[in-house]
Amino acid sequence: MRDTFVRTLSGITATRPEILLITADLGFGVLNDFIARFPKQFLNAGIAEQNMTGLATGLALEGHIVFTYSLGSFPTVRCLEQIRNDVCYHEASVKIVTVGGGMSYGPVGASHHATEDLAIMRALPNMVVVSPGDHWEAEEATRALIDLPGPAYLRLDKSAAPATHLPGEEFQIGKIRVVRQGWDVTLAATGGILGETITAADLLVREGVTCRVLSVHTLKPLDEAALAAASRETGGIVTVEEHSLAGGLGGAAAEALLDAGAAPGFFLRFGLKTFSSVVGSQTYLRKIYGIDARSIAGAVLARLRSREFVTCAAELV
Amino acid sequence: MNDEAEGSESRALANRIRIHALRMTNAGGGSHIGAVFSCADILAVLYGGVLKVDPGAPAALDRDRFVLSKGHAGAGLYAALAERGFFPVEKLLTHYQNGSDLSGHVSHKLPGVDLSTGSLGHGLSVAAGMAYAARLANQTHRVFCLLSDGECDEGSTWEAIMFAAHHRLDNLVAIVDYNRIQGIAPVADVIELAPFAEKWAGFGWSVREAAGHDHAQLIDALGAVPFTPGKPSCLVAHTTKGKGVSFMENTVLWHYRIPRGAEFEAALVELEAQP
Repeated sequence: MRDTFVRTLSGITATRPEILLITADLGFGVLNDFIARFPKQFLNAGIAEQNMTGLATGLALEGHIVFTYSLGSFPTVRCLEQIRNDVCYHEASVKIVTVGGGMSYGPVGASHHATEDLAIMRALPNMVVVSPGDHWEAEEATRALIDLPGPAYLRLDKSAAPATHLPGEEFQIGKIRVVRQGWDVTLAATGGILGETITAADLLVREGVTCRVLSVHTLKPLDEAALAAASRETGGIVTVEEHSLAGGLGGAAAEALLDAGAAPGFFLRFGLKTFSSVVGSQTYLRKIYGIDARSIAGAVLARLRSREFVTCAAELV
Repeated sequence: MNDEAEGSESRALANRIRIHALRMTNAGGGSHIGAVFSCADILAVLYGGVLKVDPGAPAALDRDRFVLSKGHAGAGLYAALAERGFFPVEKLLTHYQNGSDLSGHVSHKLPGVDLSTGSLGHGLSVAAGMAYAARLANQTHRVFCLLSDGECDEGSTWEAIMFAAHHRLDNLVAIVDYNRIQGIAPVADVIELAPFAEKWAGFGWSVREAAGHDHAQLIDALGAVPFTPGKPSCLVAHTTKGKGVSFMENTVLWHYRIPRGAEFEAALVELEAQP
């Protein structure tokens, strides 16, 4: 997704002199082409995320569209107050980009994981939170954010789901995409873990369970209508995210569904309970923490079967 | 107009800022009066003539930008803006009160305010961004940023200092209100900043020092920016916290204390007696 983002941004920057890209000294090799083509629209702020974010605000208040770029939690949590007070309160057109959502940089260690970022960014007023699930969504989100006024957070994942878009399909910030249609259960995912979720749906279909798979590429504003419809039309809601269980997609979905009076038949959240302290690749860590396709499919199936048992027992009584 | 005549006008403006701020903090119960008084002369010199701003066009592209990074001195900035005609002076007495636009720390919801501040260590980065933008656009306006000495404890301030020097932002001017007293203790007892001017110079800024209540010195220095072409300018203004009211001067107490009752009356008498 990182390369998709840089390529897309480069394509647009050629005709948009107001775009600026600021990095906090990350992107070795990746940004070379952008730097060569647009030297006046690029800035390396150094390893100084607070200053990078303040600078971005000053530039945005003067009419620029500014992308701040870094890795993991560095461009968000490290400079959270600058994002809150400077970017969000002033509704500045600063688009914060992280490469390495979730445990993308798995073996590097917990310091480089972004696993609370969605919850934290979602809590900020005026902030739009986007977490694409595949390359197409990453490209479309990049385009969309340029013309979206005000602050936004773009969480890019190293992993990406296989292409899911249909010919002619339009991407819209804040609009959930239905990437599989089904009625027994809804699997709603955000980020590259959409790939595991689709695979889980395929495994469940083999067991006779049809799944509606939703790509929740925009966590804020959340498409409450699509979630509520899924809750009413399918047997239960399952959320999948490579993120803390506190305050991410699962939390947002629970809030939205209860607010809408659309409590699901059952509700299951897949995510992280604590820091990842195991060393391993993103794929490996997903298995360890039970958020890979097999773990998801197994747990959903067990839940459905336990419900069937309860339903049968009730009928016997 | 020579410096001396201009100095007398801005001295009178500084005194009006102090009186407004005293009445505002008394009426609304807001604090930080000592921090307002220490920078009232700097604000008066800026809004009395140094800053190219127009109350009729507060968002004009060619205006000088001003960032009050020590946002707790909001009452002083509001008073300066009202005196300069950005909004009616009568509005000042709503400060800190229910339904007012005048929050205790500076709010950009008011005409003439370029940045909301309050949490320390934010302003210089944003000001540097504004200065960088001006240079990208070949604009000739300047960006002034007023900092407290205490906020130089913040690492982000030094990130901005290094950035501005590296990028030779000579359209950026930092003024430090060096009153040597921070929130709850003297600077020297918390994190010693001395040798302070040398620190800025060592980081690549062109530094001048001035007596921060001497209008002629302030006008002279701020009229001469950039001090060195190709370098950002820093004016270390040696000030007295609580300046202008004898019993408030150089006390930690009057950082937070609200002027009320006999203390308010006594302070008003002292300020009104000044020319």
